[in-house]
Amino acid sequence: MSVQTFFRMEGISKRYGGVRALENASLDVSAGRIHAILGENGAGKSTLIKVMAGVVAPDEGRMTLDGKEISFGSPAAANDAGIVCVFQELSLIPDLSVADNIAISNPPTRFGMIDRAAQRRIAEEALRRAGAEDVHPLALVKDLPLSRRQMVEIAKALARKPRILILDEATSALTASDVAKVFAVLKRLRSEGLALLYISHRMNEIAELADDCSVFRNGRHVATYAAGSKTDNEVVELMIGREYSSVFPPKPVRTDSAAPPLLECRHLTWTDRLNDISMTIRAGEVVGLGGLDGQGQRELLLAFFGVLRGLKGEILVEGKPMSISSPAAARDGRIGMALIPEDRKTEGLMLPMTVRENLSFASLDHLSRGGVIDRKLEERKIEEMVRLLAIKTAGLDIPVGSLSGGNQQKVVIAKWLMRGPRIILLNDPTRGIDVGTKQEIYQLLRKLSDAGAAILFYSTDYDELIGCCDRVLVLYDGAVKRELVGDEINEHALIASALNIGDGQSVSAMEAAHG
Amino acid sequence: MGEWRYWFAAQRGTLLAIAIFVVMFLIYILNHPAGFTPNVVQTASNKAVLLAFVAMAQTLVVITAGIDLSIGMIFLLTNCLASWLVLGTPTETAFGVVVVLCAGLLCGALNGAIVIYGRLQPIVATIATGAIFYGLALLLRPFPGGSVNEDLADFMTGKFFGVIPASAVVLAAVVLVVWVPFSRSTLGRGAYAAGSSDVAAYMSGVPIRRSKFLAYSLAGLLASIGGLFLTFFTYTGEAAFASGNAYTLFSIAAVVLGGVSLFGGKGSAIGAIFGALAFRTIGDLLFVFDFDPLWQPLFQGVILLIAVSLGAFALFRVRNRLEWFL
Amino acid sequence: MSDTTLTGFTARLPKFVRRDPAVATAFACIVLLLLVGSLYSPSFLKVDYLLQQLKVASFLGVIATGMMLVVLLGQIDLSVPWSVAVGAMMACAAAAYGPLGSALAVPFGILCGVLIGLVNGIGVAYLRIPSMIITLATNAVAQGLMVVYTGGFSPQDSATPAMRWLATGFAIPGIPNSVLIWALIGTGTVFLLTRTRFGRSVYGIGNRERAAYLSGIDTRRIVLIAFAICGGLAACGGVLLAGYASKAAQSMGDAYLLPAIAAVVLGGTSILGGRGSYLGTIAGVILITLLQSILSVMQMPEAGRQIIYGIVIVAMLLLYGRSPASR
Repeated sequence: MSVQTFFRMEGISKRYGGVRALENASLDVSAGRIHAILGENGAGKSTLIKVMAGVVAPDEGRMTLDGKEISFGSPAAANDAGIVCVFQELSLIPDLSVADNIAISNPPTRFGMIDRAAQRRIAEEALRRAGAEDVHPLALVKDLPLSRRQMVEIAKALARKPRILILDEATSALTASDVAKVFAVLKRLRSEGLALLYISHRMNEIAELADDCSVFRNGRHVATYAAGSKTDNEVVELMIGREYSSVFPPKPVRTDSAAPPLLECRHLTWTDRLNDISMTIRAGEVVGLGGLDGQGQRELLLAFFGVLRGLKGEILVEGKPMSISSPAAARDGRIGMALIPEDRKTEGLMLPMTVRENLSFASLDHLSRGGVIDRKLEERKIEEMVRLLAIKTAGLDIPVGSLSGGNQQKVVIAKWLMRGPRIILLNDPTRGIDVGTKQEIYQLLRKLSDAGAAILFYSTDYDELIGCCDRVLVLYDGAVKRELVGDEINEHALIASALNIGDGQSVSAMEAAHG
Repeated sequence: MGEWRYWFAAQRGTLLAIAIFVVMFLIYILNHPAGFTPNVVQTASNKAVLLAFVAMAQTLVVITAGIDLSIGMIFLLTNCLASWLVLGTPTETAFGVVVVLCAGLLCGALNGAIVIYGRLQPIVATIATGAIFYGLALLLRPFPGGSVNEDLADFMTGKFFGVIPASAVVLAAVVLVVWVPFSRSTLGRGAYAAGSSDVAAYMSGVPIRRSKFLAYSLAGLLASIGGLFLTFFTYTGEAAFASGNAYTLFSIAAVVLGGVSLFGGKGSAIGAIFGALAFRTIGDLLFVFDFDPLWQPLFQGVILLIAVSLGAFALFRVRNRLEWFL
Repeated sequence: MSDTTLTGFTARLPKFVRRDPAVATAFACIVLLLLVGSLYSPSFLKVDYLLQQLKVASFLGVIATGMMLVVLLGQIDLSVPWSVAVGAMMACAAAAYGPLGSALAVPFGILCGVLIGLVNGIGVAYLRIPSMIITLATNAVAQGLMVVYTGGFSPQDSATPAMRWLATGFAIPGIPNSVLIWALIGTGTVFLLTRTRFGRSVYGIGNRERAAYLSGIDTRRIVLIAFAICGGLAACGGVLLAGYASKAAQSMGDAYLLPAIAAVVLGGTSILGGRGSYLGTIAGVILITLLQSILSVMQMPEAGRQIIYGIVIVAMLLLYGRSPASR
């Protein structure tokens, strides 16, 4: 596109297990431009920049810098080549001072010792360039609020004198005034000839900053266009696309019942992550949670499941207030709740343990008398579950970690279904599993809800929310932004409300309210 | 004013340890029958300096979020080695000192190699190497014995100008020569970074392995200086299992009292030194108040128990119970 | 006992070689040691000698059983030395209080160990202090208490006849009682670990405490109980040792910490928790005991024994105890 293109990625592919994160992706980076990268959750943006920054190695493809082919073995190697990334998850060391952190990779030394005066000058200079003069170089990082840490992260990146600066959701924790400062800095850097890659879900930011935009979808590069040449609507269309269509079971027509909702919460508030959430789920209903990743969906599920402390507001089961202080209390017969957690490898399963032990682990109280496990009963229940979910395994006594991702997820679901729960919470249960298993899970959810279960279903995949849910609550910044019912649940509405655009409410107004 | 605040925040643990020590030492001196005399200070210094060296050694490893349970045994081993080698003419004595220090460094390096490159858990690995070091010490001294260059020993345990205890001066010198350069070097900072957050350190391009290896090695060196001093005090070498274990245990106590976090990344050897001094003063306090010395181990144990439980208060701030399981 | 263990073992050998190379290795080492020993002296393969070894091993076996429970959780108990000594001393002390004291000596000694374990468990499970630190501290406190109690001398009370009978008597002709006790405790532990909710929870917590908690297990209670059992078994070992030697001694437990951890780890139990079988711990205990015995028959001095211990443990850990390579 431009003669100044000096960094190029071509045909980059990356798979995690059987799941493709990037497929034949390409990207051109030019000096003196701000290049925005757009895409849904899981479109491959994060993997793309991790490849660029040397954090992960691509399976295929090549990268060229100034026409020469290069590859990075570590983040340090990428830094040396002038590619520096401000990561979403912070790379600051909490127990060191701001100045120590800014100079960490290459501190100035004198007689073999770190020259603290020089280091401080470097830090002050970097903080000034990042527009964060209010941060004291000697303050410890762990004592700073999140927004200041983010500014230090940017300063640290600048201190490395990058040629390409990547900002991955770098403004997500910032206040409105910080965002303005950072924008001024980024524009100045652009005029100094740096190449900037900017990843954000906030459309108004992209409109203000970007020169070029590239859209990714399902790990592929879909389009690159000059900023401002497309409307918001067109951009959203590009992000959605149509790659495959899943088969979803038909949704039954519901009649409102007079019975109290099976699960309800009122004014649920927790630190700054959950903000006055009220909602209900009836028996037989599948309610979806939508929105961008990290808007409080995970915390809401954990709040129901008794994991969070210092929760304000009420949780009611069948109209009766309950105090749920642990997962053990939540799974108890009076409540009958189950949570399919976010990360099956660390939260759902004990990977080295056998399929058998994992399947019965959440139901041991049902399967034992006087603390002794009834092995016949266990065997029967396990066989029942293996049949019900059609779990494909070479045997019950092999480690569950040796199963495929889809079958692992089935084990997680089965271990909870064995208890016969009334309320089922699911945290993105289809992430990273194959399409066939996904469809089986959709069918199963509908079957369970038909049998009278109340299901709360968080998914990062909009198709799923549309296909599975009777209602969808879209969360933004820890609060319910919008409730979509029936035909209102479509991609456009989901994405628009997740990005917090449309409906006459401008993003900047929201921003100011939160700042 | 602002500057001081940040310095204070960073050094809070160390300053607290110093304050605790000063208060305890004042109480001790004010109630001591002889009062504040060079002799009393010399005795106190000599008693405390051994633990101070071992605690300093432990600090280096703890900063990397590791632990060295063999540190007391390195201390014993170098004591036994010194009782053979630190003898004779000044040249021979000097050679002996160098060999002892190198032996300590080697022990530390062995620990570091096993833990870092062998990827074993520090607890088990150093318990095992501790057995090896103790065995070697026993090999050198199956029975207590040996001797040491007494001129050097008396000089190191005496007083400079009749006032300043030599052991304290050596301690200060070691801080200046070993600790200060380490803590201000790139690798020293790497040790802090690795202990504070392994992932962030990797993302930031810190040489994690080399930093940790240096910390373990220097820990061995510092323990061997302690071993040398033990020889200067006792004039003999003795492979006393209980004593080695006690020094390992007390070094952890001193480190905790000195404001060094057992989770790594925080604290300084200076804090640990004052932690060690304070820990030793507990025993002296019992003495001046005419407590039965029998109570000393119990007192030390209880203080240790309280010190390690203090960290648990952070728990009550945890709002998400999943954070219990890191 | 030795015969049944051996036949049972041979029958299951192929399965274990496949599933648990560590246990197979440990048993192979035992056979190797016996062969090496028999070259030295033919008495090594005699039933009398093997029974004698089993009797010596039983003290370590009881103590290592508790240690194994805690290690399976991914924790460690460094308060074993003084838990052993407290068990022994308190049992002997109770004996001084007339016939009632004598009768209650054994349970009282064990109870004191349980108390130490409870303190450890509260520290680890509820205050989330690293187990290595809190158990070191309780070890110091237990030592302090015992020093105050005994006045710094070896205690004068001696073991009750019952304690002596437990450690040295023969309820079944030919088989020492201590071996029976170990067999009993071992059987109980195998049952606990393989057949009960508690056992499953222990493995679950050791593998991934987070997942166990989210499965609705009260992980803190399980950890607390495991530490209490560990303390109780250490004290039980102390009671037996006191019966064996007719009295308690100040540092009688010091010699059991390293061997207990070593036996557990050499038996294939992962020091990070979650993986290991009791059969492995039996193998580890016998292995350590035989190693000690052979070294002493060879008149290897204590120094050499310590060095060989350390090297064997490091070598075996490097073989199968390494944590995965990072990144």
